[in-house]
Amino acid sequence: MNRLDEIIAMHLADEGALLPILHDVQAEFGYISEEAIVAIALAMNLSRAEVYGVVSFYHDFRSTPDARPVIQLCRAEACQARGVEALLASLPVQNHVRLEAVYCLGLCSVGPNAMVNGTLHARLDGDKFHALVEASL
Amino acid sequence: MTVVRISDDALAVACGADAVAAAFAQAGCTVERVSSWGMHWLEPLVEIDGYGFGPLAPDDVPDVLAGSSAKAIGVIADHPFIAGQQRITFTRAGRTRPLSLEDYAANGGWLGLERARKIGALTTLAEVTASGLRGRGGAGFPAGIKWQTVANAPAVQKYIVCNADEGDSATFADRMVMEGDPFMLIEGMAIAALAVGSTRGYVYIRSEYPHAISRMKAAVTACAHVVAPFAVHVRTGAGAYVCGEETALLNSIEGKRGEVRAKPPLPALEGLFGKPTVVNNVLTLAAVPWILAHGAKAYADVGYGRSRGTMPIQLAGNVKYGGLYEIGFGVTLGDLVNRIGGGTASGRPIKAVQVGGPLGAYHPSSDFDLPFDYESFADAGGLIGHAGITIFDDCTDMSAQARFAMQFCAAESCGKCTPCRIGSTRGVELVDRIRHRIPRAPDGVEVLPQMHNARKQPRTVHEDITLLKDLCETMKLGSLCALGGFTPYPVLSALRHWPEDFGLDGTESNAAQEVDHGV
Repeated sequence: MNRLDEIIAMHLADEGALLPILHDVQAEFGYISEEAIVAIALAMNLSRAEVYGVVSFYHDFRSTPDARPVIQLCRAEACQARGVEALLASLPVQNHVRLEAVYCLGLCSVGPNAMVNGTLHARLDGDKFHALVEASL
Repeated sequence: MTVVRISDDALAVACGADAVAAAFAQAGCTVERVSSWGMHWLEPLVEIDGYGFGPLAPDDVPDVLAGSSAKAIGVIADHPFIAGQQRITFTRAGRTRPLSLEDYAANGGWLGLERARKIGALTTLAEVTASGLRGRGGAGFPAGIKWQTVANAPAVQKYIVCNADEGDSATFADRMVMEGDPFMLIEGMAIAALAVGSTRGYVYIRSEYPHAISRMKAAVTACAHVVAPFAVHVRTGAGAYVCGEETALLNSIEGKRGEVRAKPPLPALEGLFGKPTVVNNVLTLAAVPWILAHGAKAYADVGYGRSRGTMPIQLAGNVKYGGLYEIGFGVTLGDLVNRIGGGTASGRPIKAVQVGGPLGAYHPSSDFDLPFDYESFADAGGLIGHAGITIFDDCTDMSAQARFAMQFCAAESCGKCTPCRIGSTRGVELVDRIRHRIPRAPDGVEVLPQMHNARKQPRTVHEDITLLKDLCETMKLGSLCALGGFTPYPVLSALRHWPEDFGLDGTESNAAQEVDHGV
């Protein structure tokens, strides 16, 4: 049994199994491939369109691979009030990291904030933010 | 051996608490990781024998242990920020280890559930109703009535769903409950289950909160034997803001697109998988154990008007003393912002205060005498939402904030209803036209000679303002849920109070400030 089938089998008996399956597939492969959509649809007795509809609805799910490291930067109001837009403008254009906006990380009194691989960073200033981008390369 | 208590809340960890904890352990101290006191400007905050030190870096450890630290703040419980609060939901904050069943039981845990089991479902329902507890997610619907509806609905399976999709900027109280006192939330869900006759519950947590997710999963396992036969499952969101709306959240748990459902049917009658379902916010459910343990009257004695009990208020954004401040309803906005929050972190004058997250109105300082309760804010053209307060200093361009509100709505709209899906995009365009004073010119078809009735002049800024107000009215009245329905609040409040930021002249400002269609 391949890894994809294992993930599907692990959740199949649960109520509303689709999101847990998609989360695990994305965590395992980095994205949700066409092949995965077909397999999930078949196992869950859904149409491919239904599965694709769910994948494309949620910001967390990707349907194309992107191996670049990800930095999630909070750009919601509280971080805006603490200068996140100026921080972002100070960063030279970066193509080797994927800079994603999130709304928000829930650290709204100590922004600007970012999350890299599940690790949170608060009170970012220009130096700390640039160091974070450098370190994730 | 010195016992050092340091929070392992996500915010403390983001501020470097792990390194500070390691430095104390290295120095031979016993380190206990506890929940956060909620004084965020002092994180990482360290407690030794009741005395606090913060914000600490690993280099500060020798000074703290030698008793010569310049970062000493005295007895934490006596700190004005803590002493001024009425902590009910956060009564254990800073005092217990989040995943310790012993700490929880030793500090009043499970008393509410025990009493609920003793007095039975009917009396439990009556207690919650009598407490006056209202939904803390923003709508303020009485929890007792919702529970009663579910209790009365005949069904083989009923569900308790905890809405932990805390997506609003400036809110973090749900996160602090889940990371700092997870058993309290589970106890509240178990009491709700007992009251309505349910055996199955879901906590839907947004994926942006990985710490809260792992903490809740661990807590659910640790206390499964206490709440049995009620069983709780943790589900992870996938980055859709709209899933904080209760029916979208239910669709998401079911494994569907997080699209809003039309009501009726109410989730209380046809909710998760079509079964009667209690959907409550984290703070609503977390208040329940205290109400059951101390009685409805004790809870209802606190508060203001029809808003009973306490509200964990979150001070965020450009604030000097940011953090969690739980207090009875009725405290004024100015008190929260100036006296408790200490004004801006940047030291500049306050320009605007947004109350209630991205869908809340921007308030100028002339609103600072407003008492914090559901009705007062509604009357003033705003809302308290989940009680997040974002402070902005005078460098803020309010027209940019208005544009952001529309843009955010466009990005996060589920697409089910037209006013929200299309209106938000048109709203961004309109705000841009007003800001940059480039009114819409007639297009290629409109200028054709055979288009007799099409106007040939560009729209004026006046007309664009009227159009924006009309659009906002349509969104407010025609949207299915609060995302499209409340986006007009930040947009119109910014336009009304800061017309100069939109580059409006005198008469245009007057047009902007005219009372708009009840919004």
